[in-house]
Amino acid sequence: MSFRTDRARVAGLGVARDGVGHWWAQRVTAVALVPLAVLFVIPFARALGAGREAVLATYAHPFNAIVAMLFIGTAFYHLKLGLQVIIEDYVHAKAPRAAALVANALGAWLFGLTGVFAVARIAIGQ
Amino acid sequence: MVELALPKNSRVRVGKTWPKPQGKNLRAFRIYRWNPDDGQNPRIDTYWLDLDDCGPMVLDALIKIKNEIDPTLTFRRSCREGICGSCAMNIDGINTLACIKGLDEIEGDVRIYPLPHMPVVKDLVPDLTQFYAQHAAIMPWLETKSTPPEKEWLQSVEDRRKLDGLYECVMCASCSTACPSYWWNGDRYLGPAALLHAYRWIVDSRDEATGERLDQLEDPFRLYRCHTIMNCTRTCPKGLNPAKAIAEIKKLMLERHL
Repeated sequence: MSFRTDRARVAGLGVARDGVGHWWAQRVTAVALVPLAVLFVIPFARALGAGREAVLATYAHPFNAIVAMLFIGTAFYHLKLGLQVIIEDYVHAKAPRAAALVANALGAWLFGLTGVFAVARIAIGQ
Repeated sequence: MVELALPKNSRVRVGKTWPKPQGKNLRAFRIYRWNPDDGQNPRIDTYWLDLDDCGPMVLDALIKIKNEIDPTLTFRRSCREGICGSCAMNIDGINTLACIKGLDEIEGDVRIYPLPHMPVVKDLVPDLTQFYAQHAAIMPWLETKSTPPEKEWLQSVEDRRKLDGLYECVMCASCSTACPSYWWNGDRYLGPAALLHAYRWIVDSRDEATGERLDQLEDPFRLYRCHTIMNCTRTCPKGLNPAKAIAEIKKLMLERHL
């Protein structure tokens, strides 16, 4: 039994003064991913199954490499923002929530950076 | 809070089937019943009415059941013309006002439940204290700092027009209780009704607290739990568009950052 008033409960811990950046970044990355996805998929599909040399040649080209790195970085950033919203929506217990949010952020960095690094290594050389 | 199954004491059971009256135009009403005093689970009671002997709206049917069949059936109602917002409930799968929902709009049995995901006080009466507190929290009044004018705060015809589609809200709670984000995070997310009212004052040309109002909403939960699911707009019995009001708030938020 709690005797806190409804107004006190609704006020909670106050406003976080945050959220605009997240919301805007989600939209900007979504729009950016439209051309990036197209530009990424075309050389990717051409190189797919064409053998190791063809793949290396594709990503040795600066345009293809830059597009691929931008695509991977933007996609993982967008994924991180979206998963964060899902975790905030559905995971309510404090400890699992904090753990999931941290794992999401670190996972996005890990996989995003790995992808960018892989392409950079091909582009710039061993 | 997200729960995939109802707790044991909330599972709805089959209730009593009340006797059928004589008549040609019979219609079944399957109505959620729960009494806080008897320790029983909620149940669905079935009532029968002859529609030739009943008013045209769902509220007419409820009042007829209460008057003539079962006086224990509990629901809120007042104005019976869609202006007080008291008789909001879930009818035929959508939140609406019983007084302006025509029985002819419903095919088959008429299924009536309280507004979803709210604590139930009894039968079709939900506990809306948190909902009202959220409305109070957005400061639903004209906030000014200038010396009050001798007669009145003036507003141009165009500026007054910006309040159309907002001021008509009767706070029936149909929209907020139709919103999944409000179901899962209603303790922190203000919900479409409170946000529509917030925008009504943000956009009011006479108000002098626009910035403070936006400050109070700049929060990942209070405002940004809205994921434009649009259930609010779909369900609003007054035909308003809370989702658009929320989108306008988000645009203003961005405007002061860019």
